[in-house]
Amino acid sequence: MYIPHTKEDREAMLQTVGVKRIEDLFQVVPAAHRFPELKLPSALTEMEVMSEMKDIAAANESVQDLVCFLGAGAYNHYIPPVVDAILRRGEFYTAYTPYQPEISQGTLQAIFDYQSLVTALTGMEVSNASHYDGATAVAEAVSMAYANFRGKRNKVVLSSGLHPHYRETIRTYNQGTSIVITGDLGKVGPDAGTGSLLPLIDQDTALVIVQYPDFFGRITDFSSLAEAVHVAGALLAVAVNPLSLGLLKPPGDFGADIVTAEGQPLGIPLSYGGPYLGIFATRKDYARKMAGRLVGETVDNRGQRAYVLTLTAREQHIRREKATSNICTNQALIALAATVYMSLLGKQGLKEVAELCYHKAHYAANKISGIPGFSLWSKEPFFNEFVVRCPSPVSEINEYLLDEGILGGYDLGQDYPELENHMLLALTEMNSKADIDFLVDLLTEQETLEESDD
Amino acid sequence: MNIPSSLKYTPNDEWILVEGNTGKVGITDYAQNQLSDIVYVEVVVSVGETLKKGDACATLESVKAAADVYMPVSGIIIAVNEALPDSPEKVNSDPYGEAWMVKVELSDASQLDELLDSTGYEKLLAEKE
Repeated sequence: MYIPHTKEDREAMLQTVGVKRIEDLFQVVPAAHRFPELKLPSALTEMEVMSEMKDIAAANESVQDLVCFLGAGAYNHYIPPVVDAILRRGEFYTAYTPYQPEISQGTLQAIFDYQSLVTALTGMEVSNASHYDGATAVAEAVSMAYANFRGKRNKVVLSSGLHPHYRETIRTYNQGTSIVITGDLGKVGPDAGTGSLLPLIDQDTALVIVQYPDFFGRITDFSSLAEAVHVAGALLAVAVNPLSLGLLKPPGDFGADIVTAEGQPLGIPLSYGGPYLGIFATRKDYARKMAGRLVGETVDNRGQRAYVLTLTAREQHIRREKATSNICTNQALIALAATVYMSLLGKQGLKEVAELCYHKAHYAANKISGIPGFSLWSKEPFFNEFVVRCPSPVSEINEYLLDEGILGGYDLGQDYPELENHMLLALTEMNSKADIDFLVDLLTEQETLEESDD
Repeated sequence: MNIPSSLKYTPNDEWILVEGNTGKVGITDYAQNQLSDIVYVEVVVSVGETLKKGDACATLESVKAAADVYMPVSGIIIAVNEALPDSPEKVNSDPYGEAWMVKVELSDASQLDELLDSTGYEKLLAEKE
């Protein structure tokens, strides 16, 4: 352990504050509770600690060992080793946002590149330096829209196809404010139309949020929704899977005012849920209402290209309680991972990964819907995820699959009571044809076993 | 420091130029100097809105700070300076002229008595220094 103070330092400090011993500083704590016996096991050597931690870690099951068909917001993609190699360079290996351009040109340039890549991918004009994760980014979209209308519009309409965790985060964020959150309270059906949202959009509406592809994997053309939103004078936010944009039309092209995303599919490991990456992009008109850090390109006093944090007067340390958000930080290291991943794959590579995901998902959907008892819930076009109606509870099926080394799909009954026995399956380039065929065999077998049980 | 005697002032460094029962509102030479280079102006109210004394009517951003502009008096907004957001530097170069922000129809002229005259404002600034 590193203790910065010497015995002499401590005695000098005690003398200054006027007590004899360190213990005297705790006199306010009742004597009975002052120095309880902690009953900790005896100290271990470093070697023993390593061995014990290894045993504990071995109890985990991860996508290193299992075949994964689970998605629902975080996906098992291949991460080229170059991503890690660059990330772990000493010059980059900090999560801190650089405040001093004099000593941080490399990191600032990387963030500027990240922003440029995000705007190209989403079809938007400006991207911030990132947020913590996809849920935070979408919640910040609500704060931005509310600030944009100076609190004069207080209704936010959510699609029920928006990730349930994102919707929960939006509600947590906006507790105690005058913002009214609606749109996602009814039951969901297999048709992905936006008809149920349209009647809710009015002069009080600040923001409408949809997901693309939605939580169920469905791809919807939101251009007419965008028009309706703009006619009402409101803003449209679209939460995306960034990888799907290798293949799909970017939301900037069909009228989105804000695009948010969970950046995890772009070269970031699943890691038991984080750290992930919140992508946030918008139109130039709203740049001053945007939360978070922003890196800009300029020239220094010698006329050389240089990068600095820009438009910081938006931020809370300057604007105080009038700021859109209290977030003045970003996810620099993880944004760098996404930057390396996107640069490495390029436009063509992203398209190829997206195509692999799309085709594998369609192959799997076709096969699984042919198993007696299983059927596809929706006929809508989809990207790399789809919903399967199952003949038995999803938890039972998943237990059976796990015994065979397969991580099954997401149990939708958890979030949507009307979707009991419905499973959301995700496919990526990591799933081989053999993996998919094995899954199909197991589902067929499991169903046969169920029937013979009855 | 330019402090025209034709204007009334608030301790928050706004000025109002009264003409009949209307007034033009902006920020003082001292305020623009404190903020340094203004890069952004947003008038946050529209014509027809009724505002109370102390309500924010505009937001300014300089290279180092952000500040709100507050109404020196209550009243109805009858005009906003729509050209100002396109040339925010005018707040620095002509704070008492082209950089007015809103024009208001006074709802209570007696509120003018609560404001400072140029001598009072000059004294206040001397105390701040």
